[in-house]
Amino acid sequence: MATDWEVVIGLEVHVQLATQSKIFSWSSAAFGADPNASTDPICLGMPGTLPVLNRAAVESAVRLGMAAGCHIRTRCRFARKHYFYPDLPKGFQISQFDEPICEGGAIKFRLRGEPRSIRLVRIHMEEDAGKNVHAAGGVSFVDYNRAGVPLCEIVSEPDVRSAEEAAEYVRAVRTLVRYLGIGDGNMEEGSLRCDANVSLRPRGTEKFGTKTEIKNMNSFKNVRDAIEHEVKRQATLLDRGERIIQETRLWDAARGVTQAMRSKEQAHDYRYFPEPDLPPLVVSEEQQAKLRASLPELPEDRFARYSGPAGLSAQDAGVLAAEREIADYFDAVVAAGAPAKRAANWVINDVLGRVGDPRRLGAGDVPVPAAALAELVTLVEDNTLSGKLAKDVFAKMWTERRRAKEIVAAEGLAQVSDGGELEEACRRVIAAHPEEAARFSSTPKLMGFFVGAVMKETGGKGNPKAVNEILRKLLA
Amino acid sequence: MEARGASALSIAEGVRSGKLRAREVTEQFLDRVARLDGGLGCYLLVDAEGARRRADAVDAAVKNGSDPGPLAGVPLGIKDIFCTKGVETTCASKILRGFVPPYESTVTARLAAAGAVALGKLNMDEFAMGSSTENSSVKPARNPWSTAHVPGGSSGGSAAATAASLCTGAIGTDTGGSIRQPASLCGVVGMKPTYGRVSRYGVIAFASSLDHPGPFGRTVEDTAALLEVMAGADPLDATSIPAPVGAYRQAARAGREGGSALKGVRLGMPAEYFQPGMDTEVEAAVRAAIEELRAAGATVVPVSLPNTKYAIATYYLICTAEASSNLARYDGVKYGYRTGEARSLEELYTRTRGEGFGAEPKRRIMLGAYVLRAGYYEAYYGKALRARRKIADDFAAAFAQCDAIVTPTSPVPAFKLGERMADPLQMYLADIFTVAPDLAGIPAISQPCGFTKAGLPIGLQTIGPALGEEICFRVAGAYESRTDWHTRLPPEVA
Repeated sequence: MATDWEVVIGLEVHVQLATQSKIFSWSSAAFGADPNASTDPICLGMPGTLPVLNRAAVESAVRLGMAAGCHIRTRCRFARKHYFYPDLPKGFQISQFDEPICEGGAIKFRLRGEPRSIRLVRIHMEEDAGKNVHAAGGVSFVDYNRAGVPLCEIVSEPDVRSAEEAAEYVRAVRTLVRYLGIGDGNMEEGSLRCDANVSLRPRGTEKFGTKTEIKNMNSFKNVRDAIEHEVKRQATLLDRGERIIQETRLWDAARGVTQAMRSKEQAHDYRYFPEPDLPPLVVSEEQQAKLRASLPELPEDRFARYSGPAGLSAQDAGVLAAEREIADYFDAVVAAGAPAKRAANWVINDVLGRVGDPRRLGAGDVPVPAAALAELVTLVEDNTLSGKLAKDVFAKMWTERRRAKEIVAAEGLAQVSDGGELEEACRRVIAAHPEEAARFSSTPKLMGFFVGAVMKETGGKGNPKAVNEILRKLLA
Repeated sequence: MEARGASALSIAEGVRSGKLRAREVTEQFLDRVARLDGGLGCYLLVDAEGARRRADAVDAAVKNGSDPGPLAGVPLGIKDIFCTKGVETTCASKILRGFVPPYESTVTARLAAAGAVALGKLNMDEFAMGSSTENSSVKPARNPWSTAHVPGGSSGGSAAATAASLCTGAIGTDTGGSIRQPASLCGVVGMKPTYGRVSRYGVIAFASSLDHPGPFGRTVEDTAALLEVMAGADPLDATSIPAPVGAYRQAARAGREGGSALKGVRLGMPAEYFQPGMDTEVEAAVRAAIEELRAAGATVVPVSLPNTKYAIATYYLICTAEASSNLARYDGVKYGYRTGEARSLEELYTRTRGEGFGAEPKRRIMLGAYVLRAGYYEAYYGKALRARRKIADDFAAAFAQCDAIVTPTSPVPAFKLGERMADPLQMYLADIFTVAPDLAGIPAISQPCGFTKAGLPIGLQTIGPALGEEICFRVAGAYESRTDWHTRLPPEVA
């Protein structure tokens, strides 16, 4: 019988921090400038230049560490990591080695509804490298715009047990980064990057198998596909009694395979040593307390609140908590008086359906602001507007940027609950359908037919509950 | 004005008072350089146009009544390790040939703002690695007192140019002795301040934790005046010290106050710096100098610096490790020298670096890469850091018993060109009395204290505690006021 292999995955996620300037110099850290336009003598590693640490990058790293429950060092230091590559201007990267700024902690998320907690080894700060650009004719260029952009590297314990879980972990990191407002976590643009260490072991055993490191996965789908492929590749080899070679493999998304890049023997000796140009970094207890106070309510706390006290389904709570902007918008709708469940339905089915990128909800120019949506929900709640018409009103609100009350008043859409008027309409409908009225006592299902006819008669404005009661009385 | 032997401050005073014109002074010095530098090899680049432009700006300031700065019109030489905007900066290395920095070092910017007139870029050992300026990729510099002898190094061009009045003062860097040892060998004053006292921004790195920029002068007060302008915190150097800059000129002058100038000052004499076998002429001159300081009112106490014996080994572990890292950026991709033919990235690197670096940088890159390799960090670099701490602790303990420490600067006077090139270890020992203050990051000054029978200068070193530049200047000022070694001029050979 084939061995039952357990998948063991550890992840290294690089997050670009969206600071204004670079981690050690003044040029812009923004994405998208013309090649080499966002550079300065320091990030280009010119002779005699020195790094000066960007405090905003430190604050982002500390907040990320706090959000992940890490221990934050009050004193840490930077180290030089050496290797030669054209996109690395100094021949070394300023990183952290033996004294990272954050240690321990965990990333929490749910996998198919089950809560998961992946422990972290550390989070450290470092500078990004530039980019080599290979043009036609064997010519290569280097673009140093990215060189010196601040990065946090988040290193997990080997706690991840499937490709699907790996993708969800990376998604949870992105959610956290976006909640904290410290980066945009865009895998396609490379502001969030992920390497995976993958190995297999017979289920029930402790000892780790030989691992491979998978690189070049630039979407959540890539993470999942690449690891799935690698797991199959390793299982096939092990089932055949072959050995896994410890090596770095690149994911080729077009061909759907991983390919060997370099073996352990070819691995770099990075010759780490403490960066002499930067004094030790001190983050005092006072500074830590201040940063801790600046943390927003975190994704998993919001999920717990929505699925607990607010009484939403796990599914809905998950959708609402997925982005800080959605959750903030939802909270504002509820704060403005809408019941949580109804607010959730509107946000999930109508708002998210129309808004495109949900982060637009935080921008302040949403066609239907939270208070306006709450007003619409309230109109339905107090029977001023029928649920059916409310959908039309919402569509108008979105396209015309008008308030619900204004639309309802201008177009006479207010629900009719007045007994006399409705009774008149009911009588007319019954009179027009004598045959169905006669059969009603033996076929109560006909109630639906009558309600529908009355709603048509009232142009959809009849309060269905009141119509029901009147019809029941008249047809009895 | 007689340019030969003129002090920086006499020129500044003349220019500030309108008695001298900066442009005329500049022309005189440019003329001296043109006539005399051929035999000395001090200058790698003469920036005549830039010097005239700066001099004219100083004269214009004097003319319209604005303050031209404390160093108005002072002709300075700049070691080619300081980046100068728009002016080629090579560190005397082939690998940086053609490199024109788009930025200015903090030190040269401050000196220019104070009215100094930079004449050009001075010769040095390649990447400041050496003790004789023979490791320059361009040409060796020579000692003005005897052109068969080396001027010391690595700031040999700075010391020789100051001694020969090819500038009235200069700036250099001291990593293991590279200011003080050439100052000693050329008979001028050289000051290495506290680590972080002077910004390293724009100073091409050799060993980052050991590189100390500092001044050279004909007199102690000239040197103090230059340091006052150079020193101070810099937002571009995270290791610079925020403490206020001391009154160095005043300290240098305080030392002139006759027989009681050093009253109450305790001078430590470390036995480890007066060992049997040292050059007898050097030993005699330094002992006589210490007697002179005693006559100026100082008391002399024995102190011990027992870990000095580890200084050279410690220094070469740390400086090679840091050098191998700092020199990694010279890869032919971005600036400077690139090999003519390379068919692969690997070849671009190996050929560029193989052709661009001289023997000494290559030796240190290899030693440093070895020191830092995985698994050996603790055995070498880690151990060197601990020894470094012990050496610093030695000084701290000694300064509990004394205010300053006096020693020879160099165990020997200038040696002949070629004499030590075949044996790197002999060359490394030239720094035996100067490396420890670099490792401890504390200030030290060298000044002339005599000549050998052959007419070669001998240097006295005064070491102070951290941020104790003032006591160094005070002691040196007192000695200078009681002797006339600093007034002697080397021969002129056109």
